[in-house]
Amino acid sequence: MKHIVKILSLLAAISAFWIGLLQAAIIPRSHTWLLPIYFVVSLGCYGLLMVGVGLMQFPTCPQEAVLLQKDITEAKEFFKHKGVDVGSD
Amino acid sequence: MADEKENIGDKKYKYSIIIPTYNERLNIAIIVYLIFKHLRDVDFEIIVVDDGSPDGTQDIVKQLQQLYGEDRILLRARAKKLGLGTAYIHGLKYATGDFVVIMDADLSHHPKYLPSFIKKQLETDASIVTGTRYVKDGGVHGWNLMRKLTSRGANVLAQTLLWPGVSDLTGSFRLYKKLVLEDVISSCVSKGYVFQMEMIVRASRKGYQIEEVPITFVDRVFGTSKLGGSEIVEYLKGLVYLLLTT
Repeated sequence: MKHIVKILSLLAAISAFWIGLLQAAIIPRSHTWLLPIYFVVSLGCYGLLMVGVGLMQFPTCPQEAVLLQKDITEAKEFFKHKGVDVGSD
Repeated sequence: MADEKENIGDKKYKYSIIIPTYNERLNIAIIVYLIFKHLRDVDFEIIVVDDGSPDGTQDIVKQLQQLYGEDRILLRARAKKLGLGTAYIHGLKYATGDFVVIMDADLSHHPKYLPSFIKKQLETDASIVTGTRYVKDGGVHGWNLMRKLTSRGANVLAQTLLWPGVSDLTGSFRLYKKLVLEDVISSCVSKGYVFQMEMIVRASRKGYQIEEVPITFVDRVFGTSKLGGSEIVEYLKGLVYLLLTT
């Protein structure tokens, strides 16, 4: 099944549930009408939260740049001894 | 005799490492050195797909071939810059390994992670092992705040829309079973980093088992952020395309 079909089915199910709520009137209708808006806003807030949390926890590795320079030096030395002219950066 | 070295490569498997290059004269030599350093007991070949670099990349590769052997380093060049996806397809034609590794030539992907890719695949029999920069033992160096923000935002959007099952969608440091790569690449049409996303999403949809290993990524393009408005538009278009067609 294509992914988009899954998403649309999920949306259809949610819509059916919402319409059911409207008809059954368990929650006052005025509230029910606003539910889709609450849903979209919550989704947006959740997304922003995930971005913020991810940004704060973004893994960095400054030591890797140092290690890389060491590796580059090591490689250049090796090639110098073997007579391979790698030129300069 | 059997236990004196940790043997991370099963002798009966061969690994083909495809590296597309364009003007990577110095870096290709360093990458080759590091690969040989870190894969000592592994049967592998390096396939350099160079797109007619004017800086002498191919000359260096020929010297490396003299040093390491033409059976270990294959130079399969093309006349001009033709794009990443076709570079992989081109390299695949000459690959004789059971597995194919794709990686960048600019040293943002460090060969020291190759053993962990191989180990993960052997442990799990995964069809694809992909490197992820966004987990605890992974990481990125060289990105400013704006770049990290766009990366994180793009990732959250992609996760929400596509449910891809991997944490790093645009990464291009991956190990594939050769047959799996051939299968997936034949159905991908995008370009650039959307191509990398398309590969992993299509593989996921086809039900291939995908495992992740942490990698560190040292961005070699210092200073200038590669993400302008047009890149963002391309990305969003790519997301919608993947949403509708996978």
